[in-house]
Amino acid sequence: MGNNISLTLKVWRQNDAQDKGRYESYKLEAVSVDSSFLEMMDILNEQLVNEGKEPVAFDHDCREGICGMCSLYINGRPHGPDDDVTTCQLHMRKFKDGETITIEPWRSAGFPVIKDLIVNRNAFDTIIAAGGYTSVSTGGVPDANALPISKIDADEAMDAASCIGCGACVATCKNGSAMLFVSAKVSHLALLPQGKVEAARRAKNMVAKMDELGFGNCTNTGACEVECPKGVSISNIARLNREFLSAKFKD
Amino acid sequence: MNLDSKIPQGPLAQKWDNYKANQKLVNPANKRNLDIIVIGTGLAGASAAASFGEMGFKVKNFTIQDSPRRAHSIAAQGGINAAKNYPNDGDSVHRLFYDTVKGGDYRAREANVYRLASVSNDIIDQCVAQGVPFAREYGGLLDNRSFGGAQVSRTFYAKGQTGQQLLIGAYQSLMRQVNAGTVEMHTRTEIVDYVIVDGKARGVIARDLVTGEFSRHFGHAVVMATGGYGNTFFLSTNAMGSNGSAAIKAYEKGAAFANPCYAQIHPTCIPVHGEFQSKLTLMSESLRNDGRIWVPKKKEDAEAIRAGKKKATDLSEDERDYYLERRYPAFGNLVPRDVASRAAKERCDAGFGVGTTGLAVYLDFKSSIERLGEDAIRERYGNLFQMYEKIVDDNPYKEPMMIYPAIHYTMGGIWVDYELQTTVPGLFAAGEANFSDHGANRLGASALMQGLADGYFVLPYTIQNYLADDIGTPRMTGEEKEFVEAEKEAKAKFEKLLAIKGERSVDSLHKELGLVMWDFVGMARNKKGLEEAIEKIAAIKKEFWSNVKIPGSDKGMNVELEKASRLADFITTGDLMARDALNREESCGGHFREEFQTEEGEALRQDDKFAYAACWEYQGEDKAPVMHKEDLTFEVVKVAQRNYK
Repeated sequence: MGNNISLTLKVWRQNDAQDKGRYESYKLEAVSVDSSFLEMMDILNEQLVNEGKEPVAFDHDCREGICGMCSLYINGRPHGPDDDVTTCQLHMRKFKDGETITIEPWRSAGFPVIKDLIVNRNAFDTIIAAGGYTSVSTGGVPDANALPISKIDADEAMDAASCIGCGACVATCKNGSAMLFVSAKVSHLALLPQGKVEAARRAKNMVAKMDELGFGNCTNTGACEVECPKGVSISNIARLNREFLSAKFKD
Repeated sequence: MNLDSKIPQGPLAQKWDNYKANQKLVNPANKRNLDIIVIGTGLAGASAAASFGEMGFKVKNFTIQDSPRRAHSIAAQGGINAAKNYPNDGDSVHRLFYDTVKGGDYRAREANVYRLASVSNDIIDQCVAQGVPFAREYGGLLDNRSFGGAQVSRTFYAKGQTGQQLLIGAYQSLMRQVNAGTVEMHTRTEIVDYVIVDGKARGVIARDLVTGEFSRHFGHAVVMATGGYGNTFFLSTNAMGSNGSAAIKAYEKGAAFANPCYAQIHPTCIPVHGEFQSKLTLMSESLRNDGRIWVPKKKEDAEAIRAGKKKATDLSEDERDYYLERRYPAFGNLVPRDVASRAAKERCDAGFGVGTTGLAVYLDFKSSIERLGEDAIRERYGNLFQMYEKIVDDNPYKEPMMIYPAIHYTMGGIWVDYELQTTVPGLFAAGEANFSDHGANRLGASALMQGLADGYFVLPYTIQNYLADDIGTPRMTGEEKEFVEAEKEAKAKFEKLLAIKGERSVDSLHKELGLVMWDFVGMARNKKGLEEAIEKIAAIKKEFWSNVKIPGSDKGMNVELEKASRLADFITTGDLMARDALNREESCGGHFREEFQTEEGEALRQDDKFAYAACWEYQGEDKAPVMHKEDLTFEVVKVAQRNYK
């Protein structure tokens, strides 16, 4: 507790989607190791504003690792050098005094840069809109306990459903594939009787939309699973493939 | 100002049924020709927008985030209440209603709370049908746990991520409607003003946060569901982007703002650690099911711990003061949030606090781990323990957690009648943004319940009752003078901010406001302090409007400009909160006036003078608002001093 470090930050700056972009370097003194990575970014921005410069734009919101908004590529890793965390949960104690930290936005064909470190992840919403739901409207549903669900299935569905839609899986994938994201949703719903009903249709529509939006193919490198802040398992991809194939066979 | 609550006739338990039996409806062909604007995509906004779309209305939905799934409802951890009585422990709709009114310290409207309790079970059914993976027992049925202020287990949960799972359920329903073409989604778009035509809300002015461009949007009705104003305090458990601007804009357009001083201080947050801190992290109230709260019994021990000479685990059982269990044996660690927060402050103020600052108490899982095993605790709270460890760098399985109260939720908000309509016809408010159901203190796991109740099961009925009279109203184009004028005003405000070109960053001014709020309008308030706060806030306002520094321009994305525009509204909110707290010469729920307490330090209400909702009416820039009263009458509940002993 109470230790301070000095840092050099190499930050990607890009005015808008059309701009080519470039790195700029900044020096920061006396950053407490107890501050989070995003608090360090706040300190940088306060410094820039006080110098009359435009602060670095970055996405962030809840700052407790659940909204999925923060999306920094730090020293070559999505969400930086700690496991099972989002950028907001990364703390400066993971860095050394005098270190140079490189900060980039997610880089993927599916996620165009909007400004500096902010990218457009609307593609994820579009994929969900293609089928990532159960087709039930408000009202007229059965009692919540009408259908028992084995605890094992419910727990497994919960694990898949814990995806926060941050896009780290896409950002780290050399193919820019969204398979972990898509498979987590397909698995979450296919594991539950309420979602099983339209599981095949869902898998087919979501995969088709993913392909259409320019995400790459999955070659099973497993990088997505390593970088997922919520530990969503690659076994979901196997389940997606099963659902997808069985849907195709039925066609 | 018309504060007719429009409570339906009949006995309490039949009011909602009576309302539904007599309300006006809109037929399917007409629904297609009616537009509804929904601001916000949290639990209330997303569930309302999705339901309206399913019903056949044309919906425009706005969010400031990059996706509707990011709304801050997602961060709710612990659970959602419902009166299912699955555990057979004596729960009922009536009991949930009663606990909620009592928990709110008898400052909520009975009829609204009863309706909330009565639709609570439908919410659970709906969420399960959407595929929300609630925790289950080995028999395959749903599991429950306990929350503060209740003696039954009525809280449904999905690990420590209940808000996330409920929001994703609503979000998925919403995206289904986007796909169906009934909902038009506008992400990274902020509402900067409302458009009022002939006294009715008829649209909004939006600002695209990526391009900086303004646009006009028409709606036959407008629903605002933009959450609370806890970020007035700068440090709170709210997300960084959570703001009260849509509420303040509504207030400035004539919507009454009710009970602004009712802010909830959550007892279990990770303590403040430095001035660079950007937000406070909540540790779910569910932890109080198995965690025991304590401080050292002896001051010497507390001092030794603060100096780093002793650790919590060095103290034996009889050297520990489990002060909640001592003071409130019946509810113990599960007293309501306001009671638990004040008790922590009392111990820390008396010199028994721990941590380096002395502003922390322990939340200890030792006895639960001994009783149930580490695996059972990991199963229940694994992600919360992990979150704590990542932030604090301590292992809560070995060392007790350190916690301290922080601003979490605002019970006050835009005044609404039974139909959730504000004092501006056609403008509705839902979820945390309205003042409706929680009185002066909200019970744990009731925010999710209220957000979804409003969006799924209340507004779909009440908005029809309003729109039925509008089936002949043609869509407006946005070229009408009211739209043009509102856009001009909104633009002028942003230009004014950019023209200041002062010396101080937005954050530095916001932190200054936050400190004033915490010191004078926080956990303990008094007349002198509140008067001082009003003066200090006025000074901050002056400083802001003459000396704020915003780099960049209004073209393209400008985060500092967004923050500045929200801070301008937080300053207005802060002033309102202080005025309301000054007016309310009693203690109730989250509002504690030091002058009004029992001998044991409990909140002392003044029912003869303050059994009303204080509704503030805007009078214009730099003019003091005027307060109107909605008297609260209790037909069923027996008003009493809250007792959790």
